[in-house]
Amino acid sequence: MKPIAKVYTAIIFIFLFAPIAILLVFSFNQGNSLSVFSGFSLYWYEELLGDSNTLEALRNTLILALCSAILATLMGTAAAVGMNKLRSRPMRAAMNTVTNLPMVNPEIITGISLMLMFVFVGRMMGLATSLNFGTILIAHITFSLPFVILQVLPKLRQMDKALPEAAMDLGCTPLRAFLKVELPEIFPGILTGFIMAFTLSLDDFVISYFTTGNGFETLPIRIYSMTKKTVTPKMYALATIIFFAILILLLLSNLADRDENDRQKARRKGKAD
Amino acid sequence: MKNTVSQDRRRVLRADHLSLTPYTIWAVLFVLVPLVFVAYYAFTDNNFQFTLENVQRFFVSTSSILQEDGSTQEVRTYLLIFWRSLKLAVISTVICLVLAYPLAYIMARAEPRTQKIFLTIVMIPMWMNFLIRTYAWMTILQDTGILNNFLSLLHLPNVHIIGTEGAVVIGMVYDYIPYMILPLYSIMAKMDTRLIEAARDLGCNTLGVLRRVIWPLSLPGVISGITMVLIPSVSTFYISQKLGDGKIMLIGDVIEGQYVANNLHFAAAIAFILMILLLVCMAVMRKLAGRHVEGGL
Repeated sequence: MKPIAKVYTAIIFIFLFAPIAILLVFSFNQGNSLSVFSGFSLYWYEELLGDSNTLEALRNTLILALCSAILATLMGTAAAVGMNKLRSRPMRAAMNTVTNLPMVNPEIITGISLMLMFVFVGRMMGLATSLNFGTILIAHITFSLPFVILQVLPKLRQMDKALPEAAMDLGCTPLRAFLKVELPEIFPGILTGFIMAFTLSLDDFVISYFTTGNGFETLPIRIYSMTKKTVTPKMYALATIIFFAILILLLLSNLADRDENDRQKARRKGKAD
Repeated sequence: MKNTVSQDRRRVLRADHLSLTPYTIWAVLFVLVPLVFVAYYAFTDNNFQFTLENVQRFFVSTSSILQEDGSTQEVRTYLLIFWRSLKLAVISTVICLVLAYPLAYIMARAEPRTQKIFLTIVMIPMWMNFLIRTYAWMTILQDTGILNNFLSLLHLPNVHIIGTEGAVVIGMVYDYIPYMILPLYSIMAKMDTRLIEAARDLGCNTLGVLRRVIWPLSLPGVISGITMVLIPSVSTFYISQKLGDGKIMLIGDVIEGQYVANNLHFAAAIAFILMILLLVCMAVMRKLAGRHVEGGL
């Protein structure tokens, strides 16, 4: 690499990391300022552990992320299997467009559009409040689905089509062939899709903001209402903990992926021998 | 024997359609129908009677703003806000493209191991909640913030950034630049380097190689990068709330404000107009880029 390229890369990376470094540092601030560092302390972390509203929001976020990721992964994997085998070209184009839509639509429009429908249906049913855990769950499944499908579909395309057919010729039922042959082949894609759905749900603010109600508060929404008032380093402590939790999760998934790759390589090598 | 096989095949086909059914129903119910509801709310009043009032209000509402010389000027409130959102989003997108393009190229030409590390570095900020990242920028740029503390330490004059359009642009560039770097990098990493060498061998200078080989080949990445930065920038409301200090209203702020005030029909009308505008933008861009790619070949 040329020196100028090194300097340029360094400048951009410093820009990317400056605010993160600052909030990691200030989460350990002794005082309550976010711009003057007065000494190291774990005070805000202790404070955070005693904040029952935030802990409640954390619990809500985890439940929501787990439920939406499981449902999106199940439905998305099934959809990918079906989409992979669609023969008709217009059908395939239509499915691709519908899948891409939530990804190119601005989040605020996805959020508003779902909210309008929920409010309308709620009114029809004569409910006092139409937004609750159910509506935010639907919203999260909806925006996670395309990501699961886009992770699983390429794995299905890479797979040797003769494999499930061979299994069925050898007497497997289609379901057994899917479970025994196809599923293990596409499993890394499913796992990545699940983790993406989970982390997207954990981090989502805009769509959650418009589709939640009835006191169901997630962490990003809690953070939003915290930043409406004076913010203390407690919020930074929260961000730091979430950051490292996601970091560990992604490192683990990376390791799992690498293991899987090694195993596949070994298998291929074994075949070649 | 043959019979059972074909029976199984038929069963497989049926199973495939069955596996697609839940998603199809879901996508219709929760992706397509809600968009119809946006249009429905946009063109109805509180009693769900047809009206053009919401859309009209967007185009004709006026308000007076105080000029710097003390006089007041009548402006089209929402058109002005819309224009500002578009302007700031386009500026941010261009800055992202200019900053990300060389970086993506450097990344794509690095050693495979270094590439992996660079990629992780670009992605790490995306794992930090964007509200908090934006808030951290506010503490940096504030009048009594970290940047000004630092400048005072060096006995330099302080700068006033927060509450200006520049601050909003900084926030947008920071929050969305990874979405520009990643598609550019992934297309440049796949680029056939032999084409660049061939162009050089045939006497092309560096600028020529960039203009005639690298740029046309990277166009699909440029387009997806622009899309992925422009769309969230034009519709954001948190960045303008915090870094604009409430003074730089964007179209997202208006939608959010109308939602909070429970004016759902007007919020829907603005969302509808925004959606139409973005569709037109994307179509025009794809057309322009398509012509470019064809012209290049």
